[in-house]
Amino acid sequence: MERRVAFESSFAIAEAAKMADIDVCAAYPITPQTHIVERIAQLVADGELDANYVPVESEHSAMSSCLGSSAAGARTFIATAGQGLELMHEAVYVASGMRLPIVMAVCNRALSVPLSIWGDHSDVMAVRDTGWIQMFVENAQQAFDLTLCAFHIAEDPGVLLPTMVHIDGFHLSHVVEPVLLPDQEEVNKFLPRYHHPFVLDPNNPVTMGDFATPALYTETKVGQDVALRNSLKVILRVFQKFGEEFGRHYSPVESYKTEGADILLLSMGSFSEVAMEAVDGLREAGEKVGLVRLRLWRPFPFEQFRQTVSRARLLIVLDRALSFGGPGPVCSEVQAALYHLKERPEVIGFIGGLGGRDISVNGFQDMIHRGIDKAEQGKFGEVEVFDVRE
Amino acid sequence: MEAVNLYASRLVTRRQSFTPGHRACSGCGEALAVKLVMKALGRDVIVVMATGCMEVISTQLPYTAWEVPWIHTLFENAATVATGIESARKALLRKGTPLSKAKVVAMGGDGATFDIGAGALSGAFERGHDFLYVCLDNEAYMNTGIQRSSATPFGASTTTQPAGKVSFGQSTWKKNMPAIAVAHDIPYVATACHSYPFDLMNKVKKAVAVEGPSYLHIFAVCPTGWRIPTDMTIKLGRSAVETGVFPLYEVDNGKYSLSYNPPELHPVIDYLKPQGRFRHLTPELVDKIQQRVCREYARLKEKCGK
Repeated sequence: MERRVAFESSFAIAEAAKMADIDVCAAYPITPQTHIVERIAQLVADGELDANYVPVESEHSAMSSCLGSSAAGARTFIATAGQGLELMHEAVYVASGMRLPIVMAVCNRALSVPLSIWGDHSDVMAVRDTGWIQMFVENAQQAFDLTLCAFHIAEDPGVLLPTMVHIDGFHLSHVVEPVLLPDQEEVNKFLPRYHHPFVLDPNNPVTMGDFATPALYTETKVGQDVALRNSLKVILRVFQKFGEEFGRHYSPVESYKTEGADILLLSMGSFSEVAMEAVDGLREAGEKVGLVRLRLWRPFPFEQFRQTVSRARLLIVLDRALSFGGPGPVCSEVQAALYHLKERPEVIGFIGGLGGRDISVNGFQDMIHRGIDKAEQGKFGEVEVFDVRE
Repeated sequence: MEAVNLYASRLVTRRQSFTPGHRACSGCGEALAVKLVMKALGRDVIVVMATGCMEVISTQLPYTAWEVPWIHTLFENAATVATGIESARKALLRKGTPLSKAKVVAMGGDGATFDIGAGALSGAFERGHDFLYVCLDNEAYMNTGIQRSSATPFGASTTTQPAGKVSFGQSTWKKNMPAIAVAHDIPYVATACHSYPFDLMNKVKKAVAVEGPSYLHIFAVCPTGWRIPTDMTIKLGRSAVETGVFPLYEVDNGKYSLSYNPPELHPVIDYLKPQGRFRHLTPELVDKIQQRVCREYARLKEKCGK
């Protein structure tokens, strides 16, 4: 029987890791990820989760320990945030290059300096090109559901790639919400034990992490890129399977009131729920506005994204990270995805919600109106940070 | 020890899991040390290697010199990757996954051990994982071209602390890495050198027999970096031990004992003179090194109760 419980989103993720019956979690405490790993440590201490919790001495070692664990064939989970993700940066690349299906929850956090423990997507954008599958969640239920899906996707024999679940630091990680928890049997049916085809085993020795000269490096990296692009099919299949078994349906690109919308707002993560309310208000006022939420960040779901937005007149993109001296990273991506289309919306980009600053319902409505004004004035390509104190 | 060495070829297995055909320089002491370590370890082993000479010479895609499971990820994290493997295997075994027996052994050069990976190594020791860490110490970053590390000895000329008109090269004394390992209160720490193969292999066997972390510090002669003829590797390893520059000892559960105590130490000049990296040293500097070696050796003997 499904249970309805009140869970902090961090606990929902820890619960998903527990129900996935992880073997190893290696982690280093970093705000705002701490509640996830504390919860896992407690579940292990209470004997509710049969796993080894490796309390490492740094974030670099957290990921490094996970590399070893996953290479040894264990179902491996890790959680981090902001500076921690930066410190382990080089090891993050290794996980994908070695095709290790590690699942990592990232409580998205701003980057120093000034020191900020609060949320934005600076850390996400810094790991964009690391070769991981990357998904955004918007509420505690999704945090649970998509962590389970992440294991399934990562471990699919046709994928074998590490997967990140992005959860907004504090705005989502520390929020208590009702969560529907499935039975363990149902989870076991959805996510059976997995066996990696190549593990460190004296009976079948393999050499992992070789060194490549220019004669072979390109080929190995292209192989990795093809694998990441092809994972989209599996992601769709897993989302469908999840929907069939649990009744909650996910998609790489989610739309909200986009039917007949001239103007679309694009957002990622938990701010989307506030943006929905903003869209509701504008719709009631008769404005043809809709919301597009990018769930899958890597591999970028080009086809579905184009289909979702191509008929709109204007697409307003919210980035929660600065690319100093350049356009917002999501905006830049979106423009590249649309460039070759004959029929496509104009794009206006905003940057906001940095270092934990809220964007309210009114704020989103102002942003949309400001975007419309800017489009009318032809001010495209301008990088504007929303809600800046003079 | 001398008598046993006469029969060496008959007493050591011919089976190699670190196989010939790799790309090490001729006369490489490190490759020889790895060969001996692997002979002592046998096949029930998983090797984790840090970035460095041994990794680069043994695993150029699509080839490998390894007949045992082997993994390399980064420079500074061999000890940590080993702890991940060890933790994973313990969890999998406990949960009923059939696994064949394997000891996890991490290896890294002196740069990986003394410098960039020291924090990771300390963490792994402190957490008490069951693994052996082997430091292959050739006293500089040889893979990148003989740059100084904190293992480089006083007075040695390297490409990043070269001898010059106003410099005599390395101005600091070699970090005492085995003492740092001992300070973690781990069950077994030892030093070894490829020029004493039986001592080395016995220590490997002892190290893997203990429960918990163990540390083996192997002095590995590098003809390329030390600027010596390639046929001097064994001789120079012996000279390092006989002069007291690199004493062989073990620390079994905190108890120090000398593995080889020469009746009289040879003068350090015997060790320094053949090496191009020390060619510029003045008699005063040699004397300074001599005094330091004598003092350190006396301290070690004191710890050994001699």
